[in-house]
This record gives sequence, structure tokens and C-alpha cells, in this order.
Amino acid sequence: MSKVKLATVWLDGCSGCHMSFLDMDERILEIAARVEVVYSPLVDLKEFPADVDVTIVEGGVSSEEDLHKIRMVRSRTKLLIALGDCAVTSNVPGMRNTFKVDDVMKRAYFENADLKQQVPCEVIPRLLPRTRPVHEIVPVDVFLPGCPPPADVIFGALVSLLDGTTPDLSATRFGR
Amino acid sequence: MSSRPSAKPAAPAPSSKVKTLTIDDRLVSAREDESILDAARDNGIQIPTLCNLDGLTPVGACRLCMVEVKGSSRLFASCVTMVGEGMEVVTDSERLQKYRKTIVELLFSERNHVCAVCVSNGHCELQNLAQTLGVTHLTVPYRNPKLPVDASHERFVNDHNRCVLCQRCVRVCGEVEGAHTWDINGRGIGARVITDLNQPWGSSETCTGCGKCVQVCPTGALTEKGKSVREMSKRTRFLPYLTMMREDRSE
Repeated sequence: MSKVKLATVWLDGCSGCHMSFLDMDERILEIAARVEVVYSPLVDLKEFPADVDVTIVEGGVSSEEDLHKIRMVRSRTKLLIALGDCAVTSNVPGMRNTFKVDDVMKRAYFENADLKQQVPCEVIPRLLPRTRPVHEIVPVDVFLPGCPPPADVIFGALVSLLDGTTPDLSATRFGR
Repeated sequence: MSSRPSAKPAAPAPSSKVKTLTIDDRLVSAREDESILDAARDNGIQIPTLCNLDGLTPVGACRLCMVEVKGSSRLFASCVTMVGEGMEVVTDSERLQKYRKTIVELLFSERNHVCAVCVSNGHCELQNLAQTLGVTHLTVPYRNPKLPVDASHERFVNDHNRCVLCQRCVRVCGEVEGAHTWDINGRGIGARVITDLNQPWGSSETCTGCGKCVQVCPTGALTEKGKSVREMSKRTRFLPYLTMMREDRSE
């Protein structure tokens, strides 16, 4: 039996969900025995590959880059998992949603900057008007709320999905 | 929004009659002045609630306790519907679960409940409800309204971003403390809890600073100052004792 191709992507989040994923300790070997990690912030690969079986997304959709990335990821993934509150609710990155983008930029790059006050116009992708949960942009198959979702829940959900059963999500919730 | 709270919930008359009904196919009996919710709870049947609190007059604001009653296509808020002879009540069905989940989703979408950075994270009744009802995400879009935080009071904070309009603060202040500082201003999506005549809490002349409203608030909307994320746990158990003591004295 060929291994399940697993990818993880990191949009607008703090990487805490990736940390919680790694926090499953030695149980990660059990997962590793059954999957091949084809793309991740932890894998040195520039291009998101085609034909991925499962992709875990951390973070909300905040910028033009996030938008492009999540659409591309969805088109190349069979099963998409929204991991953590930023991906599921937009959470902390979404706290800017009550302000206009211009005001957010002014606050960050002028009011709170001592040196070289300017809005970055190169390299940094442009912000969207609002940070949005992943499922408001593309269809999501599994939701794992939590800030971050506990390692036990991530492990349990992955094992269930690999076994072809429905994951038990009763031990996680918005927040923590 | 609702009628002005009465001074004290009426004590049951000792000669009240008993009604027999079925709740979830179980034959139960209850006093005729008991609500379906109380009758269910007396028999160990749990119905989810949010605005309801032991010791306060029920108002049926949150609609989470809705149940099906055979013979009617309408749903009934079990906290404000009295038991009836021969009633056949269903407290859990696919339809009810769908409505309850939608209600919780709408509460989350209506304001900015960012659980991760809330002082009540881990002690919140809305958060718990989402978990027990299996709300893992919202099927409705977030509104992200711009809402104020009133920190003008010396000891307490009112964060409208986390208010669910359950009116517990309004009721405890009017019915138990007797100050009636809190009220609801506006209608529908524009409804807000206000202090006195819609003025900063700190400038309220009627607020006694007792903090009952803070303790009964189910979310992180009313909190004590100086609490950080996860630090604000509420104490609601004082309420039935206060009510009981007052009943004792009036006898």
C-alpha cells in the first residue's frame, strides 16, 4: 500500500498549531510510518506538489499570497483540514477586521515605528480587506478548532482519518 | 425587549396541582407552575440553556432551550413554557440540534468573540455550549462589528464584543440587587446592554458596585478589571442561596 501524501501549510497564524502538531511527541513516528510528508514549513520544498491526499492548514486568509496559496492548495488536495482557530474562525489575525486596512498599516508602520516610517510596497504581500477563515474561501473537509488544538486531538483526528473513520472532536473547542 | 423584572420570583403555593406528562418518552410528574425545563432537570434530562440562571426570572431570550411539543409545529422555549397535562415533549431531535447549533453560530458571528484572547477563556458558557453542541466552525459569515469597551468603572469592564444579550445582568441588578442599573437599548442587531441612561458605567449613579452582574455574566462581556486571558472565572452559586434566604425571611 502506498503511503498517504500529507502536506501542511502556514497562512496567517503564529505557528502554534504546527508546534501543537509536533507536541504529539513520539507518537509522530506512528503517523510518519503511515504518511509521506510532501510539503510543509518544515520541509525544504518551494513548490506545493500536485496530487496531495491530505493538507493541514494553519492560519487565516489575510493577504493576496494567502488567497493564492489556499486556492492552489485546495485544487491539489483531496482532503483539507483547517487546523486551529485562525484557520477556523480567523481568530487573532481577524481582530484587525473592524478597522480599515489603511488604518492598520498606519498604526503598524507609522504610529508604532520609530525609524524609516513607510508602508512596505515590495516583497510583502498586500493585505486583503479582512482576514477570513479558510472555509469562507475554499471548501474545508475537517475542522479542528482550538488555540491551539491539543496534540492529542490532532493525533486522534489524523489516526481516525487514516483509518477512514470520523474523528472525535469533542475534546477541542474555540479558544483552549 | 422584555417586561420589567418583578421584584421576586413567586414562591410555589403549597397546594399546587400536579401534572403528568412525558419528556423524551419518559413519564414524569411536575407541579403545574413548573416550566418544562425545570421538570426535565428534576428528572435528570438536560436541556442546553444560556440566558437561564437559577434564581432569576426566566425570559426565554436565548432560545437554546427550545423543545418540540407533540401536536404543535412550533417550538417552545422550555424555560418559559409551563407543563401541561398529557403533554408530550421532545428535548432532543435532529431539528432541535440544527436550530441550537445555528443559534450558537449566530451568537459567535454577531460580535467579536475571540476566545483565544478572552479573559473568560476556559470559563465561558458560550464556549462550552459550542463544544457540547459540536459547533466546530460557523456556517454563517462573521459580521466583525466595531463595538466599544466601557472600562470607565473603577473595578469592572463591559466589553460589548463578547455580550450575548442574555439579560442576566439586567435581571440580577433589577431583581436581586434592586438597583436596576442595567437595561437593553436598541433593537435586534443594534441591541446593547446599557447602564443608567446609556452613559458610561463609571458615571452611573444607581450602580452599587456589588458585582453581581459580573458574576452572572456567562461570557467575558462583564469582567473584573486586572484579569488576563483565562483568569476570569465566575461565581454564580451565590444566587440560589440569596433567593432562598429571602424566601425564608418572608415566611
